[in-house]
Amino acid sequence: MNSSLDARAAILGRIREALQDGAGRESPETVSVPRTYRQRGTAEREELVERFIERVADYKVNLRRIAEQELPAAINTACAARGIHRLVMPADVPENWLPDNLACSRDEPPLTNEQLDASDGVLTGCALGIAQTGTIVLDGGDWQGRRVLTLLPDYHLCIIFERQIVDLVPEAIANLTEAVRQHQRPITLISGPSATSDIELNRVEGVHGPRTLEVLVVHSVEKS
Amino acid sequence: MTDVPGTTRKRQPLPTFQSSARVALNNTQLRHNLHKATSTIREKRRRAVEEMPDWQELREAGRVIKEQTMLHLDHYLVELETAVQRAGGQVHWARDAEEANALIAQIAEQHHAREVIKVKSLTTDELGLNRALAEHGISAIETDLAELIIQLAGESSSHILVPAIHKNRAEIRELFLRTLDVQQLSDEPGELANAARAHLRKKFLSTPVAVSGANFAVAETGTVCVVESEGNGRMCVTLPKVLISVMGIEKVIPAWQDFEVFLQLLPRSSTAERMNPYTSLWTGVRAGDGPQEFHLVLLDNGRTQVLADAVGRQALHCIRCSACLNICPVYERTGGHAYNSVYPGPIGAILTPQLLGVEQAGTLPYASSLCGACYEVCPVKINIPQVLIYLRGRVVRQQQRGRLRERANPEWLALRWLARTFASRTRYERAQRLARLGQLPFTRGGMIEKLPGELSGWTILRDLPAVPAQSFREWWRERAQTTQTQKEEQP
Amino acid sequence: MRVALFITCFNDTLFPQAGRATVQLLERLGHTVEFPEEQTCCGQMHFNTGYQREALPLIRRFVQVFGQAEVVVAPSASCVGMVREVYPLAAQWFGDQELLAEVEALAPRVYELSEFLVHRLGLEDVGAYYPHRVTYHPTCHSLRFLHVGDAPLRLLRAVRGLDLVELPAAEECCGFGGTFAVKNADTSLDMLSDKVRHVLSTGAEVCVAADNSCLMQIGGALHRQRAGVRTPHLAEILASTEEEAFV
Repeated sequence: MNSSLDARAAILGRIREALQDGAGRESPETVSVPRTYRQRGTAEREELVERFIERVADYKVNLRRIAEQELPAAINTACAARGIHRLVMPADVPENWLPDNLACSRDEPPLTNEQLDASDGVLTGCALGIAQTGTIVLDGGDWQGRRVLTLLPDYHLCIIFERQIVDLVPEAIANLTEAVRQHQRPITLISGPSATSDIELNRVEGVHGPRTLEVLVVHSVEKS
Repeated sequence: MTDVPGTTRKRQPLPTFQSSARVALNNTQLRHNLHKATSTIREKRRRAVEEMPDWQELREAGRVIKEQTMLHLDHYLVELETAVQRAGGQVHWARDAEEANALIAQIAEQHHAREVIKVKSLTTDELGLNRALAEHGISAIETDLAELIIQLAGESSSHILVPAIHKNRAEIRELFLRTLDVQQLSDEPGELANAARAHLRKKFLSTPVAVSGANFAVAETGTVCVVESEGNGRMCVTLPKVLISVMGIEKVIPAWQDFEVFLQLLPRSSTAERMNPYTSLWTGVRAGDGPQEFHLVLLDNGRTQVLADAVGRQALHCIRCSACLNICPVYERTGGHAYNSVYPGPIGAILTPQLLGVEQAGTLPYASSLCGACYEVCPVKINIPQVLIYLRGRVVRQQQRGRLRERANPEWLALRWLARTFASRTRYERAQRLARLGQLPFTRGGMIEKLPGELSGWTILRDLPAVPAQSFREWWRERAQTTQTQKEEQP
Repeated sequence: MRVALFITCFNDTLFPQAGRATVQLLERLGHTVEFPEEQTCCGQMHFNTGYQREALPLIRRFVQVFGQAEVVVAPSASCVGMVREVYPLAAQWFGDQELLAEVEALAPRVYELSEFLVHRLGLEDVGAYYPHRVTYHPTCHSLRFLHVGDAPLRLLRAVRGLDLVELPAAEECCGFGGTFAVKNADTSLDMLSDKVRHVLSTGAEVCVAADNSCLMQIGGALHRQRAGVRTPHLAEILASTEEEAFV
C-alpha cells in the first residue's frame, strides 16, 4: 500500500529527528542490559517438582504425580471421573500413554472446529513447565499439535514429565529460543484454567478457554 | 464520553481534571467499587512482589531495556518488520488514527467482513477504532468480559486493566438480562461469566477477521505477544482466517531474551499473580495452525512527539500494568473518567498531555499530590513525579507565551511577586512582617477560618494558623543579642 | 559539628517553634548551630507548580548561601528533598553545568533532621521526655524521596514516657501536595478526611511528622473539628526533656 510506505518513511524520519539530541546514539549492539536478576534456579529436582505441583495447584488445577507405567491408568481415572469416553489429541501422542478403553480422535486429518467444540476434552503433552510460576508451556512440538486443540475443548488433560520442569522464567525462555528463533513456532503459556477477575475483582474460573485443566506429572526413570 | 485522541484535526481541550473529579467524587457507588478493587489488588501485588528476591534487579533491567529501545527505536522497528515479513506476515505503518483505522477497515473489507472480533486493546480505544469501523458498516465485537459489559452498556473504560471496575454484579446482571439472549440470571459472578461465554463462543467460531493489540513484539524474531486471563485473546489470535494486530511503536523490545524480564514484571504488577492464565506468542503465519493472514500495524499517533522530549519520553516505557493506578490516592478517589482520556491515572497524567499536547490536557499534570507511590511500584521505574513536575513547567511556559489576558493571571502574578521577594533578604523579611500585620490579602489575625478567592479551597475544611508574633529569625537575632549583651555585662 | 540550620521559609514564618526546637535539640547534643541569615526559600513551591524559570534564582541563591557549610540540617523533609532530588534536575533541564557541579557537591551534606540524627550521627536516644500518646505520620517526601526509613520511629521509640501508637494506612498521602491542596481542593480534602479518620482512630493526643506542611494540613482539619489532637513537629517532641517540656 503506497500510503503505508509513505507512512513508514515519515515515521522513521520522525524518530530519527526526535533522537537528534544524540542521547546514547551509539550502535545498538553496544547496549548492555544489566542481567543481575536470577537467570538459573538452584533448586534440586525434587524441590523443583514439588514447587511446580504446589504452584499449579494454587490455580485450582487438578494435579497428580505418577510413575510412567501408571500413565494409562491415570488417564483412565481422570476420564472416568468426568464421564469422558473420547478424547481428541495430536496425531503423535504415543500409543503407550493410552488406556485401552479410551476412544481417541487424533488430529490427522485435522478435526473441524465444530468437532473440537463438541468434544469432551483434549489430551496433550507439553514443551516444558515453570516451577516458579506454575506454568505449562506449549510450543506446538512433540505431543502438542496445533493451538486450537487446547483451546476449544472444555477439558484439557496435560502430561508433563518431571525432567521437563525448569525453575525460573528465564530458563524457560532460554529453552524456547530455538523453537522461536529457528522454527517460528507459536508459544502458549498456560497458568491455570481460564479466569477473569472482572466482576468485583473476584477471580472467576472459566470464561473462554478450557474451564478445567488437569495435569499429570510423570516421573520417568529413563528418557523416552 | 472519552475524547478520542490521535486525529490530526484541532481538538477542544479536555474538560479540566478538577471539574471531572468533582463529579466523580460525588459518585459513592463508584468510590466504593474503586476503593474495594484497588485496595484488594494493592495488597495482592505487594505479596506477589515480596516473593521475588530479585525484583529490583528486574525493574532495573526492564528500565534499561526500554530506555535503550527508545534510543534506537528506528533500528528495532525495521528489524521487527523484516522478521515478521520473513515469517509470512505483513507489516503496515500508520502515522495517526485515521491512517490506522483506514488500513484496518480496508483489510476487513477485502475479506467481506461485516463483523470483526476484538481482544481488549487500549491502542484500539485510543484510535476510536470501533466507531471508525462502524462508519464502514463493520461491527467490532468486544470479547473481553469487561469490554463486553461496557460495550453493551454504551459506556467507556475507567481503568486500564479492569475497565468495568465501576460496575458491581447487580448492575451487570441487570445489563445482561437486557442485552443478551438470556431469560434468567442470578448475580453470581460464575453465572454472569457463563452467559458471556455462551454468547461469545458463537462469535469466535464464525467471525473471519480479528483485531488485537500487542503487549510486546520482539524485533529479533518477529514474535508478537498478547497477555490475558480469559482466553478470548487466544480465541481471537488462533481461530480467524485473518488477524490484525495494532501496536504502538513503543511496544517493540529488542531480543527474545528480553522477554524474560517483562514476563516476570507484568503479571505481578498488573493482576498481582505469579503468572496470568494465558500468554500467546506467534511469529508471522504458520501453515495449518492459526490465521493464514497476519497483519501488523505499527502506530505512531503522537508517540514520536513524546519521543522527541528527552525528559518526557520515559512515559513510552509503560508496559500497561496499571500498578500506578492501583496505588494512586487520587485515582482511587476519582476513577478513570475524571482524566477524560484513554490513559488515566498517573501514567495517563504524563502520557496524555504529551500525546495530545499540553494545551489540550494542561490540568492533568496537576492531578497529583506528588506523593511518589506510583514511582515506587512502576515495574520499569518510570519517574512519574519527575515528569509531572517537568510537564507542569511546559504547561506554565505555554500559558506564558499566550495572550496578554492569560499572562496576567493572578497565580503567575502572585508567584512572580513571591519569587522577587524571596530573592532578597530585606524584601523577604519585610514581607514576613507585613504578613503578620495582616496587610497581605491572604491573612488576618487570630486563627484563620476563611481565605479569600482562589485560596478559599484551603479553608473549606481546615483552619489555618495565624502568622506567629515572632518569626524564627527574629527569635534567633534576639537570642544572639541577649547572649551578646550578657557577654558584655560579664566582668 | 558546626551545623548550618536551613529553617525553610515555611517554618521561619509560620512554624518558628520547629526551628527553635531544632536549635535547642542540636545544642543539647553538643553541636554548634549557625543560621545563615541570607537564606530565604528553596524554591520548591515555584518549581513544583511549574514556574521553573522563576525558581532558578532561588536555587542559585540557596547554593550560594549554604555552599560552604560543613553540614546543613532542616526540620523539613520536603525542602531537603527539593535540594537533593530536584536541584540536580533543575540544573540539567536548564543546561547549567556549573550549577550542577555545585549542587552535586552540596547535596550530600544536606540532611533532614531525623536522618541527620540517626543516619549521620548514629543516635536514637536524644535524651527526650514526652509523656503522651503519639502517632506518627510518615510524610511522602521523607518516605519516598529521602528514604529516611524508620529513623523518625526509632527516635520516637527512644523518647521516655512516650506511648507510640501505629497509624493505620500510614503511608497514604495526606493530600497536601503543595498547590495541589488548592488546585484540586476536592480530592485533597477527600484524602485529608481519610488521614484524619485514621489519626482519630488511634486515640492519640498528638500526631507528629517530619514536615510542617503536612501537619498544617492535618492539624488544620483536626482543629476545625475541635478534635483535641495537637500536631507538633518531630523536633518539638525531641526537644522536650524532663526539665523542660518544649511543647
